[in-house]
Amino acid sequence: MNNAVGEVQTILLLGGTSDIGTAIVARAVQPYTRTVVLACRDTAKGEHSAAALRRDGLTVEVVAFDGADTAGHQALIDGVATRHGDIDLAVVAFAALGDPDITRQDAQAAAALTQVDFVGAVSSIVAVGNRLREQGHGSIVVLSSVAGERVRAANPAYGASKAGLDGFCQGYGDWLAEQGARMLVVRPGFVHSAMTDGMKPAPFATTPDKVAEVTVKALRGRRRTVWAPPVLQLVFSALRHLPGPVWRRLPLS
Amino acid sequence: MAEMLELPDQELAAALAAANQRGVLARGLGRCYGDAAQNAGGLVLRLQGAVDQALIDPVAATATVPAGVSIDELLHHIVPRGWFVPVTAGTRLITVGGAVGSDIHGKNHHVDGSFGNHVVSLRLMLADGSVVTVAPDRDPELFWATIGGMGLTGIVLAVTFRLLPIETSRMSVDTRRMPDLDSLLAEMSSGDDAVRYSVAWVDMLARGRSLGRGVLDRGEHASLAQLSEAQAAAPLAYRARQLVSVPPVIPPSGLLNHLTVAAFNEFWFRKTPTHSTGHLKSIPGFFHPLDMVGDWNRLYGANGFLQYQFVVPFGAEQTLRAVIERVATSGAASFLAVLKRCGAGNLAPLSFPTPGWTLTLDIPARAGGVVELLHELDRMVLDAGGRHYLAKDATTTPEAIRRGYPRLAEWQAVQARVDPGGRWQSDLARRLRLTVSTAGTSASAGANRGGLS
Repeated sequence: MNNAVGEVQTILLLGGTSDIGTAIVARAVQPYTRTVVLACRDTAKGEHSAAALRRDGLTVEVVAFDGADTAGHQALIDGVATRHGDIDLAVVAFAALGDPDITRQDAQAAAALTQVDFVGAVSSIVAVGNRLREQGHGSIVVLSSVAGERVRAANPAYGASKAGLDGFCQGYGDWLAEQGARMLVVRPGFVHSAMTDGMKPAPFATTPDKVAEVTVKALRGRRRTVWAPPVLQLVFSALRHLPGPVWRRLPLS
Repeated sequence: MAEMLELPDQELAAALAAANQRGVLARGLGRCYGDAAQNAGGLVLRLQGAVDQALIDPVAATATVPAGVSIDELLHHIVPRGWFVPVTAGTRLITVGGAVGSDIHGKNHHVDGSFGNHVVSLRLMLADGSVVTVAPDRDPELFWATIGGMGLTGIVLAVTFRLLPIETSRMSVDTRRMPDLDSLLAEMSSGDDAVRYSVAWVDMLARGRSLGRGVLDRGEHASLAQLSEAQAAAPLAYRARQLVSVPPVIPPSGLLNHLTVAAFNEFWFRKTPTHSTGHLKSIPGFFHPLDMVGDWNRLYGANGFLQYQFVVPFGAEQTLRAVIERVATSGAASFLAVLKRCGAGNLAPLSFPTPGWTLTLDIPARAGGVVELLHELDRMVLDAGGRHYLAKDATTTPEAIRRGYPRLAEWQAVQARVDPGGRWQSDLARRLRLTVSTAGTSASAGANRGGLS
């Protein structure tokens, strides 16, 4: 249960080893927070994230979670609520970038990537949403991406998954708001993280902590979609409308 | 988000049986400042019941009143008949059921105790829909668990409580201006016990030598002999009205900032004579000054404000001073700070008042650094052996309540006995893990896990 100054008691992170996800949790944790649940595929790695968050009075639990295993999503969310009470804040941060050289050519690999990044994300959001609707309160933060704003040849399967996810969230989030819960869609640009390690940064590259700062600040307000860094909203309002031949020639890494 | 129904008593049991697993909460007028009257995802019940159903027994000096009746309605009914409520809070826009659930206290706590001290018996609907009568000699555990039990033991349907006979509807008031905290505390310590009603307003923005300066208001019900001839013609006339109302066009940040509050506080302090005695005031003028301004909460803007009330034992005056100093220097404008000396507590495990000083502060909810400020105040209060008032709490932690209320486990055992299925729920209960069913299985709540089968 949130308190009157917006401090959350229980936080759930889906994608418990995500750099951006853990940065958001680290910033969202306040003196009043008592429980953080990190749900991730690699629980050994999740324990490292947990160790960084642990402090007196804060329980950090690591649970096994597979974004692609949609059949298990609702049970996992319900289990968290049974153990820890109302989920005040859920952050959906899991995704794979995939190797575009493979996902552009291997049908199985392309399907597997979208199964995690789109299908799995939608499934877990609905599972969390069900719980928040039942509670009558709570927030979901979903990490979208500017990659979904205008999908590029550089990584079509990833970009399209984020485009689909973002679209789903816009509609689902508005519906959720009518039921007393709240969704915040975050659209980061290029983020220096484990996911992008070794890649050439795009313009306006940012860091997980900067994304977290924008996200936590937005949670205190009423916006439903934010960009990180915020200037990208302006940049993409122009890029979105560029003629195709110009768009394709842009040096966006 | 919750479903809210206003129902006659005979339909409550069916609504209770049909409610979802998020549970049920009966509430009064929803004037608790925090989340005590909310139940997200569940059902909130508002009781019907009219004041003309109230039964007054003039011989025993008691009233039996439907729980949904407000103190406002009740005063209009009983004051002209020569009776007064044994305890009233700073607003009369609360219900009799709410007065029981929060075990409200007033300006006479040092003499008369809290509302629960004056309750003769309660009619209570239990989680299974059955109705029982409890009293200090009839299932006393359940009776005292319901006093101050925040509605979590059942739905209070009707309350029988003792009334105070009055000769007139006027208050004889004695007002003093005190230049600093030491003089204020000294005056209250030496003089309060001789008067029935006493409360002090503290200027939270005064610093340095004037830190804790305030205005001390004391009063008694005026006798017939104290009234003028004109007043004596209708000694029990009672009129409670709103003088003005705050319109809904206030900037979101509100009109109360450091500057306006400082100006107001200065004006309030200066307008008070150093000492005036025997000044006659109306009941609303003395007890419920804020109710004269309709929607006064709008002054704080859409972002709202928190009320922070705690009590620290006598002897912890240094903590009281430190809290006032901390707030005075924080820049969080506090419009009203009310200081009161509490007398002996009662038998209810969750009743708030204990012997000591209780201070009530208004703090804008979106003020910068408010989270850190509140957590720091919590620590200061708890380290001094103090506690927080559940009816007003909106920010503290399950651990703080466990430190402040050492008899919580005792209350939980009674609550679990009458509500083994966790039917009664509220946001307050969930946030502070008050009941066994909300204590959950988190490791940190483990110490308070009860025997729920």
